[in-house]
Amino acid sequence: MEDKKNKKTRRDFLKAGLAFGAGSLAGVGLFSTIDGVKAETGKLAKVLTADGKIMEVDTSHLKEFGKKTEQDLQKRGRKGIAGRKWTMVIDLSKCRNARMCMAACQSAHELKPEQHHINVLAMQDAEKTAPFFMPKPCQHCDNPPCTKVCPVDATFKRSDGIVLIDNERCIGCRFCIAACPYSARIFNWSEPKVAADDREYDVELNVPQKRGTVSKCLFSADQLRDEKMPYCASACPNGVYWFGDMNEDAVTNGTTKETVRFSELIKNNAGYTLLPELGTKPSVYYLPAKDRLFEFNLNGKTTLDNNEHV
Amino acid sequence: MNHEALPKEESKQLFEKIQTDLFAPLSKHYGFTAWIVVLATVLITAAMAYFIQLRDGLGVTAMRDIVSWGLYISTFVFFVAVSLVGMLISAVLGLLKIPGITPITRIAELIAIAFVMMAGAIIVFDMGRPDRLLNVFLHGRIQSPIVWDITVITTYIVISLLLLILPLIPDMAIMRNRFKDAPKWQVMIYKILSLGFAGLPEQKKIIYKSMRTLSILIIPVAFGIHTVTSWLFAMTLRVGWDSTIFGPYFVAGAFPAGVGAMAIALFVFRNSYNLKEYITEKHFDLVGKLLVLTSLLYLYFNLNEFLVPGYKMKTADGHHLEMLFVGKYALLFWFVQIFGLILPIVLLLFKKMRKPFPMLIIGVFVVIGAFLKRFIIVAPTLEHPFLPVQNVPEHFMVYWPNGFEWAITMGAISIALLILTILAKVIPIMPVWEIALEKGVREEELEEAYKNN
Repeated sequence: MEDKKNKKTRRDFLKAGLAFGAGSLAGVGLFSTIDGVKAETGKLAKVLTADGKIMEVDTSHLKEFGKKTEQDLQKRGRKGIAGRKWTMVIDLSKCRNARMCMAACQSAHELKPEQHHINVLAMQDAEKTAPFFMPKPCQHCDNPPCTKVCPVDATFKRSDGIVLIDNERCIGCRFCIAACPYSARIFNWSEPKVAADDREYDVELNVPQKRGTVSKCLFSADQLRDEKMPYCASACPNGVYWFGDMNEDAVTNGTTKETVRFSELIKNNAGYTLLPELGTKPSVYYLPAKDRLFEFNLNGKTTLDNNEHV
Repeated sequence: MNHEALPKEESKQLFEKIQTDLFAPLSKHYGFTAWIVVLATVLITAAMAYFIQLRDGLGVTAMRDIVSWGLYISTFVFFVAVSLVGMLISAVLGLLKIPGITPITRIAELIAIAFVMMAGAIIVFDMGRPDRLLNVFLHGRIQSPIVWDITVITTYIVISLLLLILPLIPDMAIMRNRFKDAPKWQVMIYKILSLGFAGLPEQKKIIYKSMRTLSILIIPVAFGIHTVTSWLFAMTLRVGWDSTIFGPYFVAGAFPAGVGAMAIALFVFRNSYNLKEYITEKHFDLVGKLLVLTSLLYLYFNLNEFLVPGYKMKTADGHHLEMLFVGKYALLFWFVQIFGLILPIVLLLFKKMRKPFPMLIIGVFVVIGAFLKRFIIVAPTLEHPFLPVQNVPEHFMVYWPNGFEWAITMGAISIALLILTILAKVIPIMPVWEIALEKGVREEELEEAYKNN
């Protein structure tokens, strides 16, 4: 009797051990998918080495020459572009609500019509003041409320001032959306417009978009990497956007390609930032909507109702 | 703690009666099957809804970019709030040596454990990528209040479990010796959980000492869980959340919510477990008074939270308060304040209202009020960001939870109730040994029952 009992407990123990083992294996599996480590496929591919030999390697290790892998893109994406401090100046006196910026942005980032990285808002500060249009991208704050609250470092601030999102890491808790006072962040509530395929995920473009993760304006970090202007700035027909490097103290107009001193542009035109009382220290500056050469017109209306701008 | 010891024969009979009464529900109690069927039905509906949510994404809910937190998060706050009652009853009242609370301490602990566990779970239901949950441990950042929340909630679960298990040890020893003929697995559980307790003086000393230490330790941890939960909101710049009193406001609000839940639980257990001799009108009177006290405290915080910005009506605060006081949330707001807070305070001042049945009704109103209050803390603030909401579909601008969210939330509530039901089914709902001692059963009677043979 006693012996039988012992045997039973031994067997139970082994069973428990097996279950634990399987559990940890499953755990390891989960970890490896999270970190993007590819499992061996077991299939071999023949490759030609520089000295003319034909070798066999597991297909999971194959990598096209010159092509950046996801890890490469992540690594440089998290660091930022050395020595830069990007800034944008939005001249509200030029904005006529053409919305080319929104279109260019949505197409580059594969966004649905209701998803905006940049959104042109009809604004009016008080009842008697004049209405105006205000493009609103992410402010790329120097004291970003969003990156502080992220539990997994999926959204982060780079050395060049850009706030990015790693949608390979984002857990979709949406704390950053709650924390952002500029409502600059969006969420992929369902399947994105263009589904994820075998393209490498570029953290500087946030494409392909992924379901259940957050997205937002990236200052077109991928364009900056290629020394080009952001998508919105180059698409604008009205010269609204100035973009450049605060370290160089120079910004270039996306439409006219004219380059001016950042500090002088801000000083001479009474530049300001949005909601400065919140202490977020935006990298986006606005020039006031004065001396406009056109009428404000929103679907035929020349002024806004109280409930439309608050 | 020891009352006048009874004569030997009487003591023996009394102890036997206490055991029979308190162990009886373990084998049968009224309406158990029907109750389980109800919970299971809700649970199956919720499971189907959650399956679809997993398959199609959070887009099946009514949440969108503007109101990106909704019913799940407000229910999370509600769960954490209710779970604070464990600390309030078994630690605060216990340490203050309030007489006669022994029969209700375990019920409070069970509520605490059931709800705090589901608080953790509902956060996962709210995640866009629950498959990446492990990222929180792999890439966790100490700056994020979510990481603080996970830390304190886990600690609270552990201490609450210990506070449940420790006073259970002598009970398990009694059960181990009493139910020798029970199914094997059951005997096994009693054996394991009694940890070889045999009523030795050193064993008792360890239990008393550790219970006392844990009762003290759980107080800051309980304050911690609800303060950190409030910080999920207060640490942002949003109007309606950006408040320095959010921590104490939430903690104060948690007490009436938990005490209300306690009143309901006491009524249900008293009747379905046939425990009228143990859960007496005195207990309802005590819980009723506790509800008045905690509600008054909460009323005071409400006054601060709404009157101060309401007096100044700063632009953004003004819009927010208008929405609550006279706008689209006015009905909810005043229902919560009047039926969930003010009326209970007024009614409970009368002794007649602190009887079991009125307490049940008031408890239900307080709990529903507490649930809705969390909702109007979460949603209206998000509906009104600093900058205008434009160029998005109409349904982005307003929020009311849809069927999926209700189903999954009800599912979470029913899991909490299921945990509570099952725990109350497998362990005695009151500490048998403490009750026996309080009622005057002689020590040697208990010693006999503990003996490991």
